[in-house]
Amino acid sequence: MIETRFHGRGGQGAVTSAELLALAAIQEGKFAQAFPSFGPERRGAPVLAFSRVAEEQIRLRSQIYDPDVVLVLDSSLLEIMDVTEGLKAGGTLVVNSKQPVKELASRFHFEGSLWAVDATHIARELLGRPITNTTMLGALLRATGIVDIDSVSEPLRHRFGLIAAKNEKALREAYDKVEKEEIKP
Amino acid sequence: MSKRIGMEVSIAVAEAVKLANADVIAAYPITPQTHIVEHLSELVADGDLDAEYVCVESEHSAMSAVVGASAAGARSYTATASQGLALMHEILFIASSMRLPIVMTVANRALSGPLSIWNDHSDVMASRDCGWIQYFVENGQEAFDHTLIAFRVAEDPEVSLPVIVNLDGFILSHMIEPHVLLDDEEVARYIPPFRPVNRLDPDNPVTMGDFAMPEFYTEVKKSQEMALRNSRATIDKGWQEFAELTGRKYQAVETYKTEGAEILMLSMGALGETASVAVDRMRDQGLPVGLVKLRLWRPFPSDDLLKALGGAKKIVVMDRAISFGAAANPVAAEVTSLLYDTEPRPCIFNSVVGLGGRDVRVEDFEAIVKKAMQGHSYPGPVGDYDLIGVRE
Amino acid sequence: MTSKEKTWTWRDIPVGAVAENPGSSSEYLTGGWRSQRPVFTPDNCVQCGVCYIYCPDASIVMTPEGYPEILLDYCKGCGICARECYMATFGLSCFEMVDEEEFR
Repeated sequence: MIETRFHGRGGQGAVTSAELLALAAIQEGKFAQAFPSFGPERRGAPVLAFSRVAEEQIRLRSQIYDPDVVLVLDSSLLEIMDVTEGLKAGGTLVVNSKQPVKELASRFHFEGSLWAVDATHIARELLGRPITNTTMLGALLRATGIVDIDSVSEPLRHRFGLIAAKNEKALREAYDKVEKEEIKP
Repeated sequence: MSKRIGMEVSIAVAEAVKLANADVIAAYPITPQTHIVEHLSELVADGDLDAEYVCVESEHSAMSAVVGASAAGARSYTATASQGLALMHEILFIASSMRLPIVMTVANRALSGPLSIWNDHSDVMASRDCGWIQYFVENGQEAFDHTLIAFRVAEDPEVSLPVIVNLDGFILSHMIEPHVLLDDEEVARYIPPFRPVNRLDPDNPVTMGDFAMPEFYTEVKKSQEMALRNSRATIDKGWQEFAELTGRKYQAVETYKTEGAEILMLSMGALGETASVAVDRMRDQGLPVGLVKLRLWRPFPSDDLLKALGGAKKIVVMDRAISFGAAANPVAAEVTSLLYDTEPRPCIFNSVVGLGGRDVRVEDFEAIVKKAMQGHSYPGPVGDYDLIGVRE
Repeated sequence: MTSKEKTWTWRDIPVGAVAENPGSSSEYLTGGWRSQRPVFTPDNCVQCGVCYIYCPDASIVMTPEGYPEILLDYCKGCGICARECYMATFGLSCFEMVDEEEFR
C-alpha cells in the first residue's frame, strides 16, 4: 500500500490531485482511497489531502501519519511547515519549485528522493493560470509510478471535460521535466 | 451490468437513490451530508431523476415533507446529520408510528456544543428510540448497497417502517473509493414498485396521524413495537435477495477472526474496518482476539449477538457517543443487558472512541485490547469506561 | 373511538393506527358537555352566517332557507355564537344562552 499526502493551499486543487490519483488507480483495477483533511474549506489556507493505493482491499479508515510520498503544490508552504513530517525512510518528496532540484535539495534532511519541477511555469504556459494540481500529478506519477500515466486520461476527461486535453498536456510535460536528487540525512 | 467505478461515497449514495427511483426528496443541506443532496438536486435538475426535489427551510420541514409525501404514496428520501437530525427529532417518531417507509441517510456527525462538524454517533444515539430500522455501514460499497436494501425492506408490506442508514460523516461521506454499482434493470428486479399499505387517497379516505386516548395508546405502541421486532425476517430476506442479485452477503452481526478468541471487540460503522486491521496485527502477535461488528442497530439483533459473543471471556464494546450520566454508554448498555443472564457471564469493558472527529488508529485498538486483557473488574463500578485518548 | 374499538387488542390496531372510517368523530356525541344551550330567535336573524363560521365545533349548519340550525348532539354550549352574532352589536343576538336545567 502506498500512502500519499498532498500539500496545497485552498483553491489550488490538492484534493483534486488526490482524487485523480485514486480514480486512476481504481480504473487500473486497484483499490484506492482519496480524502481531504476533513474540515471547513478556506481559499488560501494550507490544506492537506490524502490517498492510499493498494493491490488489496483497503480497510484502514484512520488518517495518514507516515506517508510514503509527499506532494507539495506550492513551494511557499516549505517556509511555513515541515512537509517531510512523518515521511517514511526511503520515501519520496515531490515539490513544485522554480529552484533546480540540486539547489532545493540543500534544505532537506530526510532519507529518500526529492523530485522537483517548475509546475507553476508549465501551468501558466499551458493552462493559462497557475493551478498546478494536474501538472504536479504528472511529476508524482513519474517519481512514484503509483499508476500508469495513461490511466489518468479517463478521470481527467470525466473531471475537466473540454479542458481535459490541456490539463493532460501539462501533466505529461511535468512528467517529462521533473528531476530527481537523492537526499541523505 | 455491474460496473466498478471510483467515486465519492456520498455520490454513490445519491446514485443509489436515483436507481431506486425515488419520487420525492426533501432535504436541507448540512455538513457532512451535503454532497449527497447536492448530487440528488443535480440529478433532478438535469432530468436524470424524475422526482420532486423539495428545497425546505429546515430539517423539521424536510422530515415533515417526506412524511406527507410518503403518506400520499410517494417513494420518499431525505438525508441529514447532527443538528439536522436533532431538529427532525419530533417528526421521526411520527414517521415511524404512522408506519411510513421513508429512507434516510444520516452522515453521522457530533452534536454541538461545542460546534463540531466531525464524526461521531451522538446524533443518531440521541434519536435511538425513534422506532426506525437502523443500519450502520462500514464502507462506501455497503453505503450504496444499504441505500437500496433500505428501500426494499422499508416498503415491504410486512414492514412498512422508515429506515435510517448510518454512515460515518467525512470518514465515509467524503471518501473516494471503488464502488460496484448496479443498473436500473437489476434494481428494478430487487425493489418492487411501491405499494403503500396506507395511502392518502380522496376516493378511499382514511385519517392518518390521529389522536389516541389512554385506553388506545398502549395497544398502538405495542403494535408499532411488534412491527419493528417482526421486521427482522424481512431485513434478513432483503439481504438474502441482495446476495442472490449481487453476491454481496450481509448479516445483522458479522464476525472477524472470532474463532478461538478469548477477547472480542465489538464495533459499529467504519470503526470495524480499522479494527479488523488491528485484529490481524494482534493475531500475528499470538493474541486470541476477534472482532464482532454490529450492522443492524434496530431492531437489535439479540440472538445473533449472543451467538457471536458466546464463549468470549472478555468483550470490549466500542461506543462513539457518551450517554451522559448513564450506567453505560449506548452500545455497551445494550450489550451488557443482553449478556446479564449468560453463564459464565463475560467481563465487559467499554471504550468511548472517536468523539467529534478524533482519529481512531490501529494502535488505539491494540492498546484498548491489551488493557482489557489485564483487567478483570466485572462487575466494575457503575458508569466505568475508558475515554480513549483524552488528556487527563 | 367507538365502544367496539375499546375492546381491540394490539393485534387489531390497523397499520399506522389509521382511522379507516374517516369522519368517525361524528359518532362521538359531545352535546352532554353542555351546561348552557343556545336558543335561536329567528326574528332577529339577518342570515349573515357569522355564527356558522365561528362555531368551533361545526355544530351549526345552515338550512336551505338560509337560517342556522344548532346540532344539539354536538354543541358544547360555549356561547361563541351568541357573542359573535352580527345582531348582538345592537343588543339583538339571535342566540340566548339558557341553562340546561330549564330543559329538564
